Amino acid sequence: MRNTRATKLLFELSQPGRRATRLPEPDVPVVPLAELLPRESLAADPPPLPELTEPELVRHFVNLSTQNMSVDTHFYPLGSCTMKYNPKRNERLAGLPGMVDVHPYQAASSVQGLLELLYELQQMLAEIGGLSAVSLQPAAGAHGELTALLVAAAYFRDTNQRRLKVLAPDSAHGTNPASAAMAGFDTVTVKSTPAGFVDMEDFVAKLDDSVAVFMITNPNTLGMFDRQIAEIASRAHDAGALIYLDGANMNAILGISRPGDFGADMMHFNPHKTFSGPHGGGGPGAGPIAVNETLAPYLPVPQIVRDGDQYRLDYDRPKTIGQVRSFFGNVGVLVRAYAYIRTHGPHGLRRVSENAVLNANYLLSKVKHIFAVPQGDRCMHEFVASAARLKAEHDASAMDVAKRLLDYGFHAPTVYFPPIVPEAMMIEPTETETKETLDAFAETLFRISEEPADLLHEAPHTTSISRPDEVRAARKPVLSWQGPA
Amino acid sequence: MQPQDLLYAKTHEWVHVREDGPDRFATIGISHFAVEALTDLVFLELPEVGRQVKAGESFGEIESVKAVSDLYSPVTGEVIEVNAGLPDKLETFQDDPYGDAWIAKIKITDEAGLAELMDHAAYQKQCAEEGH
Repeated sequence: MRNTRATKLLFELSQPGRRATRLPEPDVPVVPLAELLPRESLAADPPPLPELTEPELVRHFVNLSTQNMSVDTHFYPLGSCTMKYNPKRNERLAGLPGMVDVHPYQAASSVQGLLELLYELQQMLAEIGGLSAVSLQPAAGAHGELTALLVAAAYFRDTNQRRLKVLAPDSAHGTNPASAAMAGFDTVTVKSTPAGFVDMEDFVAKLDDSVAVFMITNPNTLGMFDRQIAEIASRAHDAGALIYLDGANMNAILGISRPGDFGADMMHFNPHKTFSGPHGGGGPGAGPIAVNETLAPYLPVPQIVRDGDQYRLDYDRPKTIGQVRSFFGNVGVLVRAYAYIRTHGPHGLRRVSENAVLNANYLLSKVKHIFAVPQGDRCMHEFVASAARLKAEHDASAMDVAKRLLDYGFHAPTVYFPPIVPEAMMIEPTETETKETLDAFAETLFRISEEPADLLHEAPHTTSISRPDEVRAARKPVLSWQGPA
Repeated sequence: MQPQDLLYAKTHEWVHVREDGPDRFATIGISHFAVEALTDLVFLELPEVGRQVKAGESFGEIESVKAVSDLYSPVTGEVIEVNAGLPDKLETFQDDPYGDAWIAKIKITDEAGLAELMDHAAYQKQCAEEGH
């Protein structure tokens, strides 16, 4: 039976003297710390660490884990995040001794298998992206954006071009302008048309020889493929600018179209989205980038290269931007991506995308009768519905709907993004969900849309914590244990 | 100030223009509609006094639990005063959006942007369209 009561903190459970583990008496002479460390390095009192028994400790964490929603326990249509199922096979493969019982300081000659895997992953990602060269180092999608923009900046410096602006549509992920700022560029926002595509007039007006990069997400954050992309790329290239493809939505086009073929000069992948790596938990992610031949010399070092039948780390790249992450990046999630790609193969990956798009369109055809879908009747792998009418007529917001879904055992969709759609609910079912699950989700949305506003305002009703005070959490965050009041 | 006496930018800032001899000064805030759309506010970043701004340029930021939004200057000129206490009293936006929740005062140095501002009726029409 599930423990739905709030779990006490370890500090609140603590009793002096309780232990989960008792270490054996040492069989070497005991030397007081004061003889080993200088006085200024010693604290006056030991830190107030919690003291618990092992069962208390285990219950604490297991009970906390049951309060989570995950793709292993619930339908999780969190748009843009591609919360696809993580095949357990990948976990087994990523746990093999050759993957985990190795150390990054080992000689390359002793980890040839792992290097071969990473080398092949570089080749496969280049092929999927239609680009020439890959760096596996970046530790997250946004880190990939930053790395690629640093590569672009190095390229423009190297070719004596002073270009300080990055363009991004108003539907872009917030990370795009943030990465541009981190890389030292100014961001200029390009408008979208009412249909959700790049406003070409606005784009052309803002495109000049001070623009370094246009960052575009395609399929875009409204879940639609912008067919102007070839023209956008050609105009950008004529003006001497580069196209960056935010690969967040690659799950819609695997094996169908390749960014390099539709004009992208550089891009990132999100292995935790597209290639089924696990999300969240604060654990390591990855954001490999792929670039065209012109930009390849500027990629981070080391690159994994093949000499005959040997793989080695190549640091000898005079134009490189340097290292952006220690060692080879977060190898664990890269191994899972490799396993996923190899399991499916090229045709299987295409089927993944086809099913992701089919599932999203099926759900769209049901949801549009409950909530308006301003951008139309067709989508790629996700779509954006609007609760604006429910808000106006029924005083219930997208947030209320999202919170109420938790009571019915569904994770909420992404809400209030993209910001250009009022009361946005961004729904992405992913390819592995059954028709029955999609039907049940749509029926639940309908049921919620008919529920009294008061009930929705107070939702969720079944979770251990209902609505945290988001304003106070943002303005006065309490980030560490404060001790008893 | 009464909302019907103010001018409005497409991006939901309101403007009150005061003439003082040859000089004109604009007081700027954000509309009730914008405050409602933003929902619960978390942070406000004010422009710096002395900054030269152009009409349509981002000159501050407002963050809600939903998103971060830019504040755009509806006029061209120099920021001469900001409502320094406002970031610590964000509830003022709900209580008095057209009064105590003014954000900045700008000495207008150029006509740019002024002609594009809407009167209250035109702005209400825009809000009605955006609401659906």
